[in-house]
Amino acid sequence: MTDMISPNLFASVPDPDGRFGPYGGKFVAETLMSALADLEVIYRELSCDPDFQREFDSDLAHYVGRPSPLYEASRMSDAIGGGRIFLKREDLNHTGAHKVNNTIGQALLAKHMGKKRIIAETGAGQHGVASATVAARLGLECHVFMGAEDIKRQSLNVYRMKLLGAEVIPVTSGSKTLKDAMNEALRDWVTYVDNTFYIIGTVAGPHPYPMLVRDFQSVIGREARRQSLAMTGKLPDALVACVGGGSNAIGLFHPFLSDESVAMYGVEAGGHGVETGQHAAPLSAGTPGVLHGNRTYLMQDPNGQIMETHSVSAGLDYPGVGPEHSWLKDIGRVNYVAANDDEALAAFHHWTRTEGIMPALETAHALAYAEKLAAEMTPDQNIIVNLSGRGDKDILTVAAIEGIEV
Amino acid sequence: MSRLTPCFDALRSSGRKAVIPYIVAGDPTVASTVPMLHRLVAAGADVLELGVPFSDPMSEGPVIQRGHERALANSVSLTQVLAMVVEFRQQDQTTPVVIMGYANPVERMGYAQFAAECAAAGVDGLITVDLPPEEVGPLNAELQKVEIDNIFLISPTTPAQRIGTITANASGFIYYVAVKGVTGAGHLDSSDVGMHLDLIRAETALPICVGFGIKDAESATSVGAMADGVVVGSALIDTMTVAMESGSSLDVGVEKAVTLLGSIRSGIDNM
Repeated sequence: MTDMISPNLFASVPDPDGRFGPYGGKFVAETLMSALADLEVIYRELSCDPDFQREFDSDLAHYVGRPSPLYEASRMSDAIGGGRIFLKREDLNHTGAHKVNNTIGQALLAKHMGKKRIIAETGAGQHGVASATVAARLGLECHVFMGAEDIKRQSLNVYRMKLLGAEVIPVTSGSKTLKDAMNEALRDWVTYVDNTFYIIGTVAGPHPYPMLVRDFQSVIGREARRQSLAMTGKLPDALVACVGGGSNAIGLFHPFLSDESVAMYGVEAGGHGVETGQHAAPLSAGTPGVLHGNRTYLMQDPNGQIMETHSVSAGLDYPGVGPEHSWLKDIGRVNYVAANDDEALAAFHHWTRTEGIMPALETAHALAYAEKLAAEMTPDQNIIVNLSGRGDKDILTVAAIEGIEV
Repeated sequence: MSRLTPCFDALRSSGRKAVIPYIVAGDPTVASTVPMLHRLVAAGADVLELGVPFSDPMSEGPVIQRGHERALANSVSLTQVLAMVVEFRQQDQTTPVVIMGYANPVERMGYAQFAAECAAAGVDGLITVDLPPEEVGPLNAELQKVEIDNIFLISPTTPAQRIGTITANASGFIYYVAVKGVTGAGHLDSSDVGMHLDLIRAETALPICVGFGIKDAESATSVGAMADGVVVGSALIDTMTVAMESGSSLDVGVEKAVTLLGSIRSGIDNM
């Protein structure tokens, strides 16, 4: 189906109804429909407003620390002996991951809409931390919904959010992870919709969220494209990013979608192995359905019940994925693959010891796949991996898996 | 053909309001559901709302969420919910049954198959919380083929100019959500409800039933005076589960819920 791709295709989504082909849309309760319409109107207005763009760019430069570097991982590339691997260093952003690009943007929207209370869902805690951070900076009340299971495995981030003045609300329903945190955030939003801005952390949820989160995160790919041309004189041959909801991946991929020579790989969480059923890889092994406001690939049973997922990384432990990824899979523009827990853990150690960069466990999935990909490539070919977050938050998880008491 | 319009016509001509209980199919047990539906009818229910359990019931408060969890623990699927309607229809050919749930189980079954199976089972109407008019076109086309009503929610946040878009897609009745919030929320403002019902009446002649936040005869009569009917869900499920958690049998739990519905019935009839 790749022959239907033209440069205009990627600028044409989502359509006015928020659809990416058959995916996306606004599958929410009536109470939220007018809030979504208001958000869309103000976003369409502000996204063409040069003052808003300047404010966003200025915050990214002076508060987040952008542009993030593109770093050539020479020692790792030499060791593999194939393609050259470059890392887009989103781990060096303020708060330690790509998540802040989006929370800065959405907090500016909240400010322009006069909303004084923000809510967010979080899995690994990175989006919660990034939301609590912008809330502190703007003096907004912040409530973060987090699965009780994730609170256990990400205790450092929970304490960080509390230090930032956010209230962290444990979610004990369902599987007690990211999907349940999102259910609870939607329930809160429906209740306090008048004064509350919901900062969704990924390119999922109802329209216009997948579009606006993509737009805010696309700064990653725009910088990477420029940096690649400056450093190597050409575009990269391949891009690699991990995919949970898929915001760091879409942020890197989107500005390259029309560049036909650039191959793209989204790496899902293979958990104990896609063949075991215990994973979080809906694009690799799921089917289309409707969850959290959009139609997309889901992990679901034959009766349409959402299945519990498994991943060593809390940030990828989600049964759905952003609708634009579902569309990019169907039209064949992006290859979606999976890396297992063991492969991600091995990459976590390997990269920490070889490059002195400790990746988040989410990011380690992308690195694990990039190692395999580089081995099949030649030294004149380049790969850019989105180093979406740093691994400090995962130290206790890794220690526990390895039976080490810290 | 749906039993809803004849049902509401009859209620209107006799000056009565519809009392509509909601329970989750398969909660607390698979075997309890159909007998409970019959008992609710005997206690004065005019229309029955049967919840289809879903793993991620985003609009439900804690009471109904737990009902969905219990039903899923009993492995209740959409197919089984429809089988319960078939069983109910063996004894009751007249009481309208509306099934209420979320889009994904219906998506998974496929719209055409779903509509055909609903019609075969004797379902009269459907409420899908997360299928607003913008997303409902393909399903509505299938439901219309088999003359099953699609019932839409209108909420306190629905702008006046949007009400007509919703009513244009709706049939059977309109479900007005009385509060901003999830099911079982407790901050009902009847003057606000009255204002919104007037706005809806300006757009449609369909009956309007009010739900979310109705928990007893008093709250039911305060909105019943303005509406064509009331929906009560969380209060029934809460009454049943509180009784069972404090040691009562399933039968006593069901009886207490049925008694509550009976008191709402007589409260509304005597207002």
